[in-house]
Amino acid sequence: MEFLEIIKALCEGFGKTLLLFAITLLASLPLGLVISFGSRSKFIPLKAFCRGLVWIIRGTPLMLQVLLVTLIPYYLFNVGNTTIISFFGIKMKSLLFVYASLAFILNYACYFSEIFRGAIEGMPKGQYEAGAVLGMTKGQIFRKIIFLQLVKKTLTPVSNEVITLVKDTALASVAGVIELYTMAESLVNEFVVLTPLFYAAAFYLIFNGLLTVLFAFLEKKLNFYKE
Amino acid sequence: MSYLEIKNFTKSFGGLQVLKGIDVSIEKSEVLTIIGSSGSGKTTLLRSINFLETPDSGQMLLEGELLFDAAKANQYSDAEIRQKRLNFGLVFQSFNLFPQYTVLKNVTLAPGLLAETSLKKQGLKGRELKRAVHERKLEIEKEGLELLEKVGLTEKKDSYPCELSGGQCQRVAIARAMALKPLVLCFDEPTSALDPELTGEVLRVIKELKESTNMTMIIVTHEMGFAKNVSDKIVFMAEGLVEEEGAPSEVFDNPKSPKLKAFLQGVNSEI
Ligand SMILES: Nc1ncnc2c1ncn2[C@@H]1O[C@H](COP(=O)(O)OP(=O)(O)OP(=O)(O)O)[C@@H](O)[C@H]1O
Ligand SMILES: [Mg+2]
Repeated sequence: MEFLEIIKALCEGFGKTLLLFAITLLASLPLGLVISFGSRSKFIPLKAFCRGLVWIIRGTPLMLQVLLVTLIPYYLFNVGNTTIISFFGIKMKSLLFVYASLAFILNYACYFSEIFRGAIEGMPKGQYEAGAVLGMTKGQIFRKIIFLQLVKKTLTPVSNEVITLVKDTALASVAGVIELYTMAESLVNEFVVLTPLFYAAAFYLIFNGLLTVLFAFLEKKLNFYKE
Repeated sequence: MSYLEIKNFTKSFGGLQVLKGIDVSIEKSEVLTIIGSSGSGKTTLLRSINFLETPDSGQMLLEGELLFDAAKANQYSDAEIRQKRLNFGLVFQSFNLFPQYTVLKNVTLAPGLLAETSLKKQGLKGRELKRAVHERKLEIEKEGLELLEKVGLTEKKDSYPCELSGGQCQRVAIARAMALKPLVLCFDEPTSALDPELTGEVLRVIKELKESTNMTMIIVTHEMGFAKNVSDKIVFMAEGLVEEEGAPSEVFDNPKSPKLKAFLQGVNSEI
């Protein structure tokens, strides 16, 4: 019953992958919007900070970032991860997962922020002005006029990032998270067969296929109007 | 004392002085038309009146009360500016409709938001607020439909802007600006982005509006026939200054300044 055992283990790994994927997406989309605002701020230090952050994060490998995050306690507080675990009363597994999530969230937020920034800057000035002369506040203009147009405009580039994210989750293995890819690798070693790698590929493919369908659906939904 | 008085507006962009001391006044229920060659500052003046640009100097008085003073411009809060703006409406050359909303929603969006804000300010909360907002929105919708009837677009109320012709878009934009019941409605070349065969329907709507509502209007246009026909007063701007003003018959049939003569000749020779 080697097959069932392998599938069961892969499902477990895929659960981790899915969790990391969902957490990253839910947090990095809003954070990316915040960073895109920061990058356009008139307050120079904030703008410089956001632009610098985006430059560093986009300019270095995600794999490196994941690894560096796990080392933060050593550098900042000169304590090991075991100390952190006993201090917060959590399991090592959970801590590593948190680290990986932090790195992923920050990384994807920076990519999203650039997508949003470009779209915001490309938004016709007339839309803001039309809202303004109708007595709307800046917040109302953004929420009621700009936001949906922004979603529509950025859906394609965002969907590309989302599909990349599915595959990038494999990099969490650097932090010791046993997600789908790492699980498949360890199964290869354990059972001395290559099949787990193909099964894992199928998991990724099917999941991305579903996402592609979902994005096509969203795109169609947003086609109720044109610019 | 005029209804709206603009005194000595100046405005520079970088080193370029676009308004060089504009004085304009308009009486209640009057239609004032601004003509002038490209780059003379007409749009900048309208944008200044609507608080989209801040003049470097000058004042604006509405019904004798100081509404804007460039010397105090940096003391106005966002909320104050929003409040002052509501005295005016602006119809843009390029319509600037909200593409994701239906025609009716384009018209009712801003009044709905304003009503919600003011009801909240009255201290209403929770269920009570919801009910009051709902009631108010029904009224606003009714008013919106009346406005759409005025501009002849009742049957397009559920269409999206992308499904309309340019002329229809501009008529929606006019209804949208009217929905906030401004005291002075401004038009910046409302027909310049339209195909020639569509300008008529928009100009007709503006003219009907003048007749049915007595709305005070400031219109920037290159349509000289329309200007002559609908205006109570014409202002001719040249290089950031009011070069000549007067009743349409005077300005068009008996121009005095050489610049105006040249401008009118240029317009006529186009045809
Ligand atoms: N935001 C701006 N920044 C820099 N220059 C500007 C700006 N807005 C207007 N200008 C300049 O000011 C001058 C007057 O512009 P304005 O749009 O007011 O003219 P106009 O009379 O409306 O012309 P038109 O008939 O072509 O619409 C032009 O030379 C224009 O390039
Ligand atoms: Mg102009």
